[in-house]
Amino acid sequence: MTMIASRAATAALVVMCGVAALALPHAARADEPIKIGFLSTFSGPQGQLGQELFDAFNLGLKSTGGTLGGRKVELIQGDDQAKPDVGRQVADKMIESDHVQILTGIVFSNVMLAAAKPTLDAGAFVFSINAGPSQYAGKLCHPHYFNESFQNDMLAEAMGIYLRENSVKRVYLMAPNYPAGKDFLAGLKRTYKGELAGEVYTAFGQLDYAAEIAQLRAADPGAVFFFYPGGMGINFVKQYAQAGLMDKVRLYGPSFSLDQTILPGIGDAAVGSFASTFWTEDFDNAASKKFVADFEAAYGRLPSTYASAAYDGARILDAALKAIGGRIEDKDAFQKALESVKFDSIRGHFKFNTNHYPIMDSYLSEVIKDAKGRPTLKRLELIKADQADSYAAECAMK
Amino acid sequence: MTTALLIEQGLNGLQLGVQLFLMAAGLTLVFGIMNMINLTHGSLFMVGAFLAATVLAHTGSFVLALVVAVPATALAGLVLEAAVLRRFYGRSHLDQVLVTFGLIMVINELTRMVWGNVPVPMALPQVLSGAVTIYPGVTYPSFRLAILAVGLLVALGLYVVVVHTRVGMWVRAGASDRAMASAMGVNVGLVFSLVFAAGAALAGLAGIMAGPISAVQVGMGEPVLILALVVTVIGGIGSIKGALIAAVLIGLADTFGRVLLPPALGSMIIFMMMAAILAWRPRGLFPVHG
Repeated sequence: MTMIASRAATAALVVMCGVAALALPHAARADEPIKIGFLSTFSGPQGQLGQELFDAFNLGLKSTGGTLGGRKVELIQGDDQAKPDVGRQVADKMIESDHVQILTGIVFSNVMLAAAKPTLDAGAFVFSINAGPSQYAGKLCHPHYFNESFQNDMLAEAMGIYLRENSVKRVYLMAPNYPAGKDFLAGLKRTYKGELAGEVYTAFGQLDYAAEIAQLRAADPGAVFFFYPGGMGINFVKQYAQAGLMDKVRLYGPSFSLDQTILPGIGDAAVGSFASTFWTEDFDNAASKKFVADFEAAYGRLPSTYASAAYDGARILDAALKAIGGRIEDKDAFQKALESVKFDSIRGHFKFNTNHYPIMDSYLSEVIKDAKGRPTLKRLELIKADQADSYAAECAMK
Repeated sequence: MTTALLIEQGLNGLQLGVQLFLMAAGLTLVFGIMNMINLTHGSLFMVGAFLAATVLAHTGSFVLALVVAVPATALAGLVLEAAVLRRFYGRSHLDQVLVTFGLIMVINELTRMVWGNVPVPMALPQVLSGAVTIYPGVTYPSFRLAILAVGLLVALGLYVVVVHTRVGMWVRAGASDRAMASAMGVNVGLVFSLVFAAGAALAGLAGIMAGPISAVQVGMGEPVLILALVVTVIGGIGSIKGALIAAVLIGLADTFGRVLLPPALGSMIIFMMMAAILAWRPRGLFPVHG
């Protein structure tokens, strides 16, 4: 009996590790609405991130009257479970049976790398509101691939500049072992250039960091730069604080390690840490203020940097489609309209680079408590204005 | 690696192992005794953590959170057992996997509806929020020591109950021959319900102890469930002793694997270990019967 039971348990394990995608049902093909496949991570420990993007994208759509360029929108939601193979399957389905014209929503770069190619090959647009792998910024750049959020390396490069200019010594680097983790640490090393106290990659989705934190303490670094999005970030920061290191070795990260997707889950532990970012909750322009107020009213929480990019994403699509009278079927016109898009960004201003990634201002921010006692990011100095990513030169856009 | 670091990493491995044991103990009992693969064990882990975080947020007392959340999770387990799972004891393992996997999604969605999508904060109990020096140069978070202590106490308690009490004898009897135990006057149905409730309580306890050190969020149980299944298979299904030894082995292998091996290999080490152990002993280290 136990022999069979062992096998059954192993089978159960396999089921848990790789269950088929659960794409939501879709309506029959219609000519009028613009079809957008929203493929994101909705389940598992990182599932919060997909919901964050989805909520903010929907809020962006609401701000444009529920239409893009005057046309109705059909959003087809799919869950990639943060797994590249699942993401690719759902993307295939969205293209083949739902005939989506734009694929968006992807959180993780490894999913993006798996899902973008079949989408682009089928002639659809990939419009990233989060994942910004270096590959598509450089050699793989594609006329129908746009990323309006950031390129993975950029915020790490900005933090590297800040750490170098402020003579922070012996930085210790930590990130998950997947494409974006590599991009972030590569970005930091590109601009920091100082001696590193250590460079550690952990398994994607790891829960416990006690062993790595013990190694970190033993290395006695001057500062820690870490990139841990979603649940990984919450776990790492909590455990880092509990190890008594928060007062001894300061934490630096991109905003994804320290924004509203992380801070509410850890309480006050991260106050005093620094994040590099392209947007914070306290940005002082009308569009941003409206966004924060609307988001809080709709969802009862503060928006994160993920949400800021997703909200702008819907508004970029609207502005570009408005410029061409909603004719998304004219792909060349849509591409040109995106390349030269003009809209009222909550970042203050916005422009695409030649490789279809953003040129952006990167700021330093600090985790503080706001008037209501909630931990938030406070914008400090501008680290680099009009920052372009480091791969654009490798891109020969055809 | 210095002695101090070696000790600290050894403790980390032991602590991770004990935490896995809390989770695997209930899983292996239910599996071994009822022959039921219960994937909702991970959901009970999550429910325990959410309930405790809520009680803690409202009362500020970790003890109260434990006192409320552990029985509440046991109750949730009982309801689950009586409403759905009881009907699946006699069914094939595939049916059990399918129904419990479906339940994971239902419970995840229910949790999302009640607590929302954003992770819930759960603070450390004040007395255990610091770190203690256990060896020159080794300071260790007190709460992790508490997890270690709780896990070892639970192991001892389970051993005493299963091996030295009448209820334990019923449990063992029900496990090895359900029909015969029933004929001898043991109320097997009641015993099964009790075992299920105890397993749920342990899963809840594991979730509560994990809450302050990790993210309390929807889906938090699934990665832990996968590790607990590995522990169950390695230890031998139904064996508490096997679960404890396998959990500690996994904890140590994972900790040292992560520190000493390249990252790709380090994250695979426990699965390679599982494959090796199963090749050598297909029924796990301590097979219970048959």
